[in-house]
Amino acid sequence: MIAVLGRRASNAVDPDAELLARLRRGEEEAFVMLAARHHAAMLRLARAFVSSDAIAEEVVQDTWVGVLRGIDGFGERSTFRTWLMRILVNRAKSTGVHENRSVAVGDAGPVVDRARFDATGAWMSPPQHWIEDSDDRMQAQALSDPLHAALGELPPRQREVVILRDVDGLTGQEVCEVLEISEANQRVLLHRGRSHLRQALEDELVLR
Amino acid sequence: MRLLWQKDGYVCQEMVELVTDYLEGALTRSERRRFEAHLAACEHCSEYLAQMRVTIAATGRLAAEDLTPDMREDFTELYRKWRAESE
Repeated sequence: MIAVLGRRASNAVDPDAELLARLRRGEEEAFVMLAARHHAAMLRLARAFVSSDAIAEEVVQDTWVGVLRGIDGFGERSTFRTWLMRILVNRAKSTGVHENRSVAVGDAGPVVDRARFDATGAWMSPPQHWIEDSDDRMQAQALSDPLHAALGELPPRQREVVILRDVDGLTGQEVCEVLEISEANQRVLLHRGRSHLRQALEDELVLR
Repeated sequence: MRLLWQKDGYVCQEMVELVTDYLEGALTRSERRRFEAHLAACEHCSEYLAQMRVTIAATGRLAAEDLTPDMREDFTELYRKWRAESE
């Protein structure tokens, strides 16, 4: 089975297809369920573009109005989620965007401090062990606050990619479609973002 | 064998830059082989990779948030308003 790039494989089922069909028949409940399903992810992404929670809420509402207006034009060449997030990104951009977005802060240089390696490139100050094998849930709790904080520190473009990929579980290709970036660019941003989050957890959890 | 490994192998500083390409399956076959050869011989880079995996998994658990009843009402209202306007 060869999937044509930029399109879904024809046998892949869009998880939103059923609700979408019901929405097209005019079912209010289907709309509310779709909104509920995507709301948190939309807010997170919107918040990466605009400067306040209130504006992010507006962008999300605005996006749904756009969805309702454009639903008949949705050709299902992408998943509903990808289409939805693209509308959101466009609305967010036209609403007003962080001033420092275009500056590629933190998009260059090594992801681990050079001083941690010796002259041959081998670890001199290696990563300290902080992974708890005992209780996954406890660990998730302990990591949640520092992760939220570290996500907030990421340059916007890295934050957008990490949120879409790792928080909301989009595929790399979906992220490229939503943000209109190349796969190579997506991977660089993801790499820098993830590396920063790991470092933040190490800083938080390892007693120095 | 050892000589060959030293000649072609990655150093730790390169490994930390290749982790995402490795996890994304974006390395060529020979790059992947070299990456894994270094991992097998280096506990620090193995630890680093494990930490990246835990970081990614923990980031994935930040997602779950439900709509509050207030928000449900907002969306119901938004839908009804749109229906009223489009009719």
